[in-house]
Amino acid sequence: MDARSTIDHDLGLLLKGRPDTKGTIFRAVILSALLFSLLILTVLLYQVITDGWAVLSTRFGDFIGSGLRSDAEDAGIKQGLLGTFWLALITAIVAFPLGIGAAIYLEEYATPSRLTSFIDINIRNLAGVPSVVYGILGLSIFVRRAGSLTGGATPLAAGLTLAALVLPVVIITSAESIRSVPQPLREAGYGVGATKWEVTRHHVLPYAAPGILTGTLLSLARAAGEAAPLLLVGAVTGRLGSRYELWDFDQLRQRFTAMPIIITSWTKQPQEGFRVDNAAAAIVMLVLFVLLLNTAAIVLRSRFERKRGM
Amino acid sequence: MGLQVIANPLHGDPRRQAKERRVGRVLGGAAYVSILLSALIVLSLVFEAFTFITEVDLGELFSSSGWIPRQGHFDLITIMVASLWVTGIALLLAVPVGMASAMYLSEYAKPGVRKVLKPILEILAGIPSVVLGYFALRFINPNIVQAIVPGANNAGNLVAAGIGVGILTIPLVASISEDALAAVPGALREASAGLGATKMTTTLRVVTPAALSGLVASFVIATSRAIGETMVVFIAGGAADSAPRALSPGDGSLTMTAAMASVASGTDNVAGVGPTFQSLFFVGLFLFLITLGLNMFATRLVRRYREVY
Repeated sequence: MDARSTIDHDLGLLLKGRPDTKGTIFRAVILSALLFSLLILTVLLYQVITDGWAVLSTRFGDFIGSGLRSDAEDAGIKQGLLGTFWLALITAIVAFPLGIGAAIYLEEYATPSRLTSFIDINIRNLAGVPSVVYGILGLSIFVRRAGSLTGGATPLAAGLTLAALVLPVVIITSAESIRSVPQPLREAGYGVGATKWEVTRHHVLPYAAPGILTGTLLSLARAAGEAAPLLLVGAVTGRLGSRYELWDFDQLRQRFTAMPIIITSWTKQPQEGFRVDNAAAAIVMLVLFVLLLNTAAIVLRSRFERKRGM
Repeated sequence: MGLQVIANPLHGDPRRQAKERRVGRVLGGAAYVSILLSALIVLSLVFEAFTFITEVDLGELFSSSGWIPRQGHFDLITIMVASLWVTGIALLLAVPVGMASAMYLSEYAKPGVRKVLKPILEILAGIPSVVLGYFALRFINPNIVQAIVPGANNAGNLVAAGIGVGILTIPLVASISEDALAAVPGALREASAGLGATKMTTTLRVVTPAALSGLVASFVIATSRAIGETMVVFIAGGAADSAPRALSPGDGSLTMTAAMASVASGTDNVAGVGPTFQSLFFVGLFLFLITLGLNMFATRLVRRYREVY
């Protein structure tokens, strides 16, 4: 453990027996700042669950199984669930291999040069670009310039946009976990004559895998919750096909929607049935999905940290 | 079977060599995609932004009528003022809360406690921004904003949006600040304790100044994140597709990001007067340059504390 946690002040002597009141208050204040976040989380979850309960408790199956309708009592999120599923899948297929590949190159292959440090700075800057700006990239490149390939404002174009959005994060987190692999592991591999790729494939990657997986799961959760780039890429909530099933590839080149888009559009409706009940019910479903991914990532990381005694 | 000793040169197989080179090229290609991506972002912003500047009546960029694309009014002051309000309010909430949380996690929490408390911030960081938008509109505005800002817009306003964005930014501030505090060498704390300083004095007078450049970096990155946040403001900012200049933060208005979202989602981009569609790219370019500048500044700050320790 690092040094900072080993000093545990017991300054009874130096304070000459006086209690350290100021210190106790300070400690309480900064702890309450941390607990403030817990309070927000609790109130937020309480609010969305109570708001959404009317819909979730009475017509759960109908709500997730039916499409968008103009009547609040019949409207459902089926197209949103399908859209988000496909967007997440495309994001994962495109961003994970590219991101992990780039991280391997930067950590294992590239020799320090002006070019690699430029790539490195560039990736850090890309990670700070607001998501709505990625929407512009998607709109002008994937929807318009590459429109003949993607079919315009389709899940394909949107998935590529989200992949671009999470790519820097995937690269950075993967590179960090590759960097944390102990050097002797590599040296042992080279010592028995393995090539760089063999060492990477059989020793570095398995060791770094939990860290990489944690990073990719978190980035996938982020992609699933993003709405701003989808608005720009052209997600809609009207005139959607409702007949699609999960594995219908046709829907990849059609108009599309996603959970965050449905939620946004419902919060702007005048009727309370949409604005409160349906919106909150959809939020519960989205949060459930995102938190599941987050929790998996957190649990995974702490399990491996324990195993390695870190 | 017996032990077979391979005495040939260990790297001799040309097939392995060829594979090695192939893999290197593929991985290198993946790394270059990030440069391509940056180039595409800049190109896609610049071209249409240029079209906007040439087509728009330049007087409209600073007209006092507000941001009303439908009527050809593209007042930049309107959306910049709204962005400043939202960002300012967000930082007012996120910076103290985030930094105090970081101090507790880094200096006070024992490893076991830390393991329980840290996930709170991680879960908060994972909440999608549309959810915070709903929460700002449905809970923060009626219960908090209406009480502290008299006359605030019922249908959403910049204070509610600012608080929502602030909540989203807390985990970011906390995580970067904690890294900065943790990077301060333990010897400094021990020296301070050896001189008889209390833990509070050590934290505030020794560790915090030593971590200052990292703490400032967390402030700068939080600013960049808050300016770029879109959905909370789009949902809880209290303006649909046009807005007059906000006179008070209790008014509803459009930030730069919300203006982009509303142009993109509205029908205005088809029916709008003048270069409504191109305004999206112009505001986007502006936003891109601001956040890029802030991020590069923050990176430089972080590098400084890495060099010191």
